[in-house]
Amino acid sequence: MKCQKCDKPAVFHITELETGEVRELHLCEDHARAYLNQAETGGGEEPSQGGGLTGPLTVGQTADELALLDKKACDMCGITFFEFRNQGRLGCPHDYVQFERELEPLISNIHGATRHTGRRPDRAATGQPESTAELTSVIGLREAMRTAIGQEDYERARELRDQIRDIEARWHVPPKA
Amino acid sequence: MKLDALTQATGEWLKGTGPESDIVMSSRIRLARNLAQFPFVARASDQDREEIERFLRERIATAPMGRDLDYIDVGRLEEVDRQLLVERQLISREHAEAQGARGVAIDKVEQVSLMINEEDHLRIQCLHSGLDLQGAWSQISMVDDQIGCVVPYAFHERWGYLTACPTNVGTGIRVSVMLHLPALVITRQIDKVFRSLHKISLAVRGLYGEGSQAMGDFYQISNQTTLGRTEEELVAQVGEVVPVLIDYERRAREFLVRETQQNVHDQVSRAFGILRTAQTITAEETMQLLSRVRMGVLLGLIGDVKIADINSLLVRTQPAHLQKIRGIELDTKDHNIERARYLRQHFEAAGGGASPN
Ligand SMILES: [Zn+2]
Ligand SMILES: [Zn+2]
Repeated sequence: MKCQKCDKPAVFHITELETGEVRELHLCEDHARAYLNQAETGGGEEPSQGGGLTGPLTVGQTADELALLDKKACDMCGITFFEFRNQGRLGCPHDYVQFERELEPLISNIHGATRHTGRRPDRAATGQPESTAELTSVIGLREAMRTAIGQEDYERARELRDQIRDIEARWHVPPKA
Repeated sequence: MKLDALTQATGEWLKGTGPESDIVMSSRIRLARNLAQFPFVARASDQDREEIERFLRERIATAPMGRDLDYIDVGRLEEVDRQLLVERQLISREHAEAQGARGVAIDKVEQVSLMINEEDHLRIQCLHSGLDLQGAWSQISMVDDQIGCVVPYAFHERWGYLTACPTNVGTGIRVSVMLHLPALVITRQIDKVFRSLHKISLAVRGLYGEGSQAMGDFYQISNQTTLGRTEEELVAQVGEVVPVLIDYERRAREFLVRETQQNVHDQVSRAFGILRTAQTITAEETMQLLSRVRMGVLLGLIGDVKIADINSLLVRTQPAHLQKIRGIELDTKDHNIERARYLRQHFEAAGGGASPN
């Protein structure tokens, strides 16, 4: 693939997210650098007044790395990195763990930071941990339960159901009606 | 809740009160939150969305502040009613146009709105009149605390509050201030001002109208980043730039009065004249003219018109409001005729409007 702005090979594949619209850019190293610099200073020839939540969502990868990465899927919700790049929306809270290494440069580019320093949920009274990773695992367990039922493996399905109930009970989530 | 009652009332944020309300229309803060035990909305099945909606609706009702809220099932509303909520800034355009189970909980004065199943499972919004970011922040952090006690928000040690789009991750906060900047538009300084804002990573967009097109000289300034700084720091980041913009706009208004008094007086008087006499008028032109009249009132060039009235007309002349007030379905052409009639009747009833000179 050639760079969109010159004849050199495109080695950077950038996904831009602007208020829900996804735009793909394929650029050589020089043009990618120029583009990213311009995005960072928020300028360019035409200062964009649009897109409240602009800030480019940028993934800089070589084509081979990207092809491999695209196939990677979330253990909980099953979204692939490719789907995320296309839609610009993640599938579930676990994606931040599953794709942490891939998301890091992208988040750093958007926010200029890679660590939350703001408020935290106050779970002291309930004795629950701040991180909700355990509760999010029920998304994967529910999926596994559906598969087990599909395969008529009812014993496995019951086990999974009980696991889900245990976790939800610890988090004071009422079982489904 | 009866939606028709909304058209009779004026949302708190339109009262035209609060500090600096000659230039700052409103201050808004929103927080993006998600439940830990469900996929994000875009990946949730129809059944998931129904469960998310029910879970949040029931839990929010158990929070102390939740008891005073009215709940609206947005999924079951007709299009005109959804549009009405958008025009009052109680839900987003995206929420109105989305699919599946979704709703919004609103307090009596329309300051607090809780959108369920927008892009994130929960979007909390507080909207205050004038420049009142501190008031909006203390209210929304109270609401967030109360809901956080009854709902397991998805949270990660390093990334903070987890959101469907990485542009919101961390604090999930969007702080915005809506400004009326007609003098900066007339004196052609507005682009220069906004270029300087982009440099400090604040976003600017026109308030009304589609996309980025600013209509009626109303602009919204908001933070672009949500991670790596505390909520208070992000509130301050937007808050710090507002007095500067207010100062620019005031100076531009003074300049207009000093250097082009007759010209400006002529412009705002003509705008007022059209609003009082037109037989057909589009929403766009109405917005533009109301903006000029608003400035004329503030500059003392038009008497006997209240700012709160102009603010209210800005909302009530939009399509869904007009349709609800008139109680009939209208096509675009009828809309323009009805809008003109509504404006004429309004100013006739209000009387006055004579130049003080
Ligand atoms: Zn190139
Ligand atoms: Zn996932």
